Amino acid sequence: MPLLNNASKDPLWKDEFSVFTSDERYVTRRQFTKFLTLASLGMFVGNLWIVLKSYLAKKPAYFPVQVANLGEIPVRGVKLFSYPTPQDNCIMVRTGEDEYVAYSQKCTHLSCAVYYSAKNDRLECPCHQGFFSIKDGSVLQGPPPRPLPQIVLEREGGKLIATGIKVNGNG
Amino acid sequence: MANLEPTKQRRGLVAIDGAMALIVILLVVQIWLLSATLEAFLAGHPGPVIPAAIFSGLLFAACFVLNAFVDRVDKDSRRT
Repeated sequence: MPLLNNASKDPLWKDEFSVFTSDERYVTRRQFTKFLTLASLGMFVGNLWIVLKSYLAKKPAYFPVQVANLGEIPVRGVKLFSYPTPQDNCIMVRTGEDEYVAYSQKCTHLSCAVYYSAKNDRLECPCHQGFFSIKDGSVLQGPPPRPLPQIVLEREGGKLIATGIKVNGNG
Repeated sequence: MANLEPTKQRRGLVAIDGAMALIVILLVVQIWLLSATLEAFLAGHPGPVIPAAIFSGLLFAACFVLNAFVDRVDKDSRRT
């Protein structure tokens, strides 16, 4: 491929340290182009790293955990719990006589803790006024880029069991 | 004294400047692609990860070819 052949038979130092002033402009441009190409390689490696991470990332294992008893909290009442690890704070709201929803309490903007506003019937982040729908966790207003992850709740007898996390896709 | 330069040298410089501008544009696209892919991956959407990596590879290949072109023009133009 003639494009990739080295046209010069001179030693490398003659290419890089020209004695002619006019050639200096070529040297600096060539070096800058090399730098840009290396930066491009860096971006490509970054993309490959993300591919590797996505293949090697462990699928989170969710296990059932009892978070409350039915009727334990009043309608429009709130209970805080942790799921799936003690570091993952969640908020459960009883939205109706027989309706419960639970979400991760971390705002998807900068991870402030969201709280339930019974007056506005929505989840609110006090840090930057990000508001989330209580129905599905979607963003109603503010800077959060994605909906809140929803905790899947199931009933077993008189108990409410958390069985997984649903990441809503309209981010 | 640009007016006294041989025409071939001036043409070479113009070609190199054009190639460099093109590389810069490709690099900006690659930076955007990397940030968008990372954002999607961290949001739990791994779908665009592989197409983005392929496209990024193609952009890198284009940059590499342009770099080789600059090398070639440089060596051709300087030795006149």
